[in-house]
Amino acid sequence: MVGCLVVLAVVLISLSFRSESSGSVGGLQSAGASVVRPFAVGLDRIAQPFRDGYDWLDSLFGARSEAAKLRAENRALRQRVIQNAFARQENVYLRKAVNFEDGPRFPNDFNAVTAEVIGRPPGAFTQSIVIAAGANDGVRANDPVVTVDGLAGLVTRVSSHTARVELLTDQEAAASAIDIRTGASGVVRHARGTRETLVLDRVRKEDVVKVGDEIVTAGWKTGSLSSLYPKGILIGAVTSVGQTDTDLYQQVQVDPSVDFGSLDAVIVLVPKDRLAP
Amino acid sequence: MTARTILRIALVVFVAALVQGAIVSTIYVGGGTADVLLVTVVALGLVRGSVVGAVAGFAGGIVIDLLTLDTLGITSLVLTLAGFWAGRYAETTLHDRRVAPLVAVGVITPLAALFAFAVHYMLGEDVVARYALVTTLAPALLMNLVLALPIYALVRRMVGVGGVDQRPAEVELVV
Repeated sequence: MVGCLVVLAVVLISLSFRSESSGSVGGLQSAGASVVRPFAVGLDRIAQPFRDGYDWLDSLFGARSEAAKLRAENRALRQRVIQNAFARQENVYLRKAVNFEDGPRFPNDFNAVTAEVIGRPPGAFTQSIVIAAGANDGVRANDPVVTVDGLAGLVTRVSSHTARVELLTDQEAAASAIDIRTGASGVVRHARGTRETLVLDRVRKEDVVKVGDEIVTAGWKTGSLSSLYPKGILIGAVTSVGQTDTDLYQQVQVDPSVDFGSLDAVIVLVPKDRLAP
Repeated sequence: MTARTILRIALVVFVAALVQGAIVSTIYVGGGTADVLLVTVVALGLVRGSVVGAVAGFAGGIVIDLLTLDTLGITSLVLTLAGFWAGRYAETTLHDRRVAPLVAVGVITPLAALFAFAVHYMLGEDVVARYALVTTLAPALLMNLVLALPIYALVRRMVGVGGVDQRPAEVELVV
């Protein structure tokens, strides 16, 4: 009996691992997920007031220092808005002048599908979430996922009513990114051994990156190929920069702008051209 | 085993899997999360024996994998063996002692983490051993131990005890 169960589990792993989400096992899993989903959503709604209460209490303790920090940030942002307005005007003019072709831009080229977070896989093996939006809502694999704070991750599996999102803190996640101030480019990855720290890898030693610089998605495009993430989504701020003589690249640590530990809802970016006839 | 008991066991496993997937997995304490489903499966193994433990583990794993759209079967494989080990432990050694749930959870939690790590590694997933087996395991083990006795008591109350006493009444020594 137990041997049969073990063999069955191994067969399921083998089939599920090999098949695409649209295959027979994927279809079976999608159907099963649809059955389980209402219970998970119901349980999540029951737990939500308790979570909100905890968050409210937690925020009370840090309210004073948070307010001072936000005031300072607000002053800096006001100055930057003015600078950005000038830069934007100049950008539009120059783009027209050189007939510049670009990849999809965030947020104008995307429709936002807002979805509640209804689960997380247990264990330390994946950093992902399950959201209450799926193929029926227009969500597909490889759609970027954001929150109001910045980039959260990428859709990796889709069922009819739910989808699995691999967070940027997952060991297998990566996004090409640039330092918005200096243009230094690299790849944002999960920092090994921690849950919520990122590193900007592959930054050349001659590039300039400073503590406090904001890192955004690069959104490159080469011919018909383009990055999965659109250009200009905030990833986080640089917290430390270091380099050794033996390393080929700089060691840049990034504090993500998204609090991955308390995700309640996310926004899936569905390209507008997918819906176009 | 009566149909009513089977129904109760199924309900316990289903609720534990939902609670784990929808609530407990989102609560990080000290960098790790508790595993209510693992503790429940171990408790079921202890009170109802190895076969029930294994079946409960398999079913609970399937529910979790469906809920989280994970690779189907991984959690089932880990929990099937966890439930079976807990059941064998109860059938052969310490099932009537009060520390049995603590010992079982204390031993099975790291073993399950190690086994799950090995499975993920064999599937080619990029998993950092220090993070999976040290950073998150220590708090998870502690929380599982805290939950072990209450969950064991609850499971025992809901499904009752049975099917674990397979020890021979007397032993004949053949010389």
